[in-house]
Amino acid sequence: MSRTEGRLHWLMAISTLVLLLAGFCPAMAGDLDPFSGMTGTVKISGGTAHIPVMKEAAKRIMQNNPDIRITVAGGGSGVGIKQVGEGLVDIGNSGRKPTDEEIAKYDLKMFKWAIDGVGVVANPENRVKALSKNQVKAIFAGRIDNWKAVGGMDKAINVYTRDEASGTREVFWKKAIDKEDITPGANVVVSNGAMKSAVANDPYGIGYVSVGHIDASVMPLAIDGVTPTLETVKSGQYPVARGLFSNTRGEPTGLTQTFIAFLFSETGQKIAAEKGFVAVK
Amino acid sequence: MRTERLVQRLLGLAAGCSVAVTLLIFGFMVILGLPLATGGTFFRMFTSAWLPHQGVYGIAPMVAGTLSIASLAVVFSVPVSLGCAALISVLGSGPLPALLHRLVRFMTGIPTVVYGFAGIFLLVPLVREWAGRGSGMCILSAALLLGVLIAPTMILFFSDSFASVPRTYLEAAEALGATPVQKLLHVVIPCSWRGLTSGVVLALGRAVGDTLIALMIAGNATAMPGSVLEPARTLTAHIALVVAADFDSLEFRTLFACGIILYLCTTVMVIFTRRIGAAWEQQRW
Repeated sequence: MSRTEGRLHWLMAISTLVLLLAGFCPAMAGDLDPFSGMTGTVKISGGTAHIPVMKEAAKRIMQNNPDIRITVAGGGSGVGIKQVGEGLVDIGNSGRKPTDEEIAKYDLKMFKWAIDGVGVVANPENRVKALSKNQVKAIFAGRIDNWKAVGGMDKAINVYTRDEASGTREVFWKKAIDKEDITPGANVVVSNGAMKSAVANDPYGIGYVSVGHIDASVMPLAIDGVTPTLETVKSGQYPVARGLFSNTRGEPTGLTQTFIAFLFSETGQKIAAEKGFVAVK
Repeated sequence: MRTERLVQRLLGLAAGCSVAVTLLIFGFMVILGLPLATGGTFFRMFTSAWLPHQGVYGIAPMVAGTLSIASLAVVFSVPVSLGCAALISVLGSGPLPALLHRLVRFMTGIPTVVYGFAGIFLLVPLVREWAGRGSGMCILSAALLLGVLIAPTMILFFSDSFASVPRTYLEAAEALGATPVQKLLHVVIPCSWRGLTSGVVLALGRAVGDTLIALMIAGNATAMPGSVLEPARTLTAHIALVVAADFDSLEFRTLFACGIILYLCTTVMVIFTRRIGAAWEQQRW
């Protein structure tokens, strides 16, 4: 009965899924060539926004090279940075740039392989389609607590936020609500996936997720007239954006280096774009 | 003879190790939590709210969350468990008691995460619609689910203590013309109240210590809960949520206070259960 139990379940579920899916997907040659003949394990943890891309990359690599094992776990950006810094994993993902302190303390090398927006989402049943920035701030601070005040139905607003380790929360807090305190009455969920299912299940909910995670189950809300999409994040029109980082302790070597190079390859960048992120190359 | 002594030593060593680990964990928490006590913030922590951006790291809402969820879970679970245990060992007839007993034993093996998932998709929407407000992730949902989780512990404990009521008492009651329900109310339950109490205390301990259900269902809000329909955060969920963020801050130090509270809770409950058990043994001999 500890936090590791929950994390372990996720780790097991995700790695099982990765292993299962490895058998079913078509191969893409070229960018995968550097992996041929390599063996070993790459352990990845941290940012939950990164997970779809990490899983897809791992799937393709492992399918072509059965001697390579790649495990992908979540935990949040803070966990990723800490675990890679302490040598528990090979790559620690973060949805924010590690702080100068963290970089110095752990000798981190950062690799920003995509750009991601953080979009405010509500349930698709909600009549409200757009909010002003001030309304978003007021809702998350708890000053507006009914949808009626912003043109919706007469129902209390259920605010969802993320845990302390979340890079998504950090970026949202800094850039969307200008570092205003989020109401202590907000529900706290522990991953982008959990946020999506919470808002998808709650007709009166509001939360924020990585733009890459937005799909038909949740409705992105326009802020000051700009809807968070791949295009608006790319053009810089949508301001709540951040880099997706993969961090290593010191210069990466061997399989870890090859894996990071793969993220920057044409195939790797295409995977990132397919999963809803803005490629950097 | 020599091997016997060797085995004895090895077992003694193993026992010593587990005792040492338990004590060391407590010592570790006290030492790491000490800066709080000397900083004068230790007692303020139990009365104030959790406002990390203002440098206030109170855990009062989490203590309230833990107490309300755990005690409500026991309140929900006791009547159901009592009825179920009575059916298993006193009132039931035919294949039903054995079947029920097997089912309850099976329930003890279901991982909590399964209850959590089922709760998110089945119970939470139900509670939200029924309550008409809030997100459905609240004290009530968590307590209901936790009630299901701790029921097997109680049922097994209850039915065991029902079964150990001396046969002669029951026969005497029967000879006086007592119905099965009368036997249960006037003979079985009064005779096994000690077993009932230790079952409840043990289940309460399990409810206080559970992390996953609260983390997934209770909503984890840091505000002081005002009603059972509001989200709350338990001490265990709080540790799980904060521990991931930072290892050096004061924020992190307060977790040791949470740990100490949970540790003391469990200790008190275990001692309580033992004492009841010991008294019970004495009475029987």
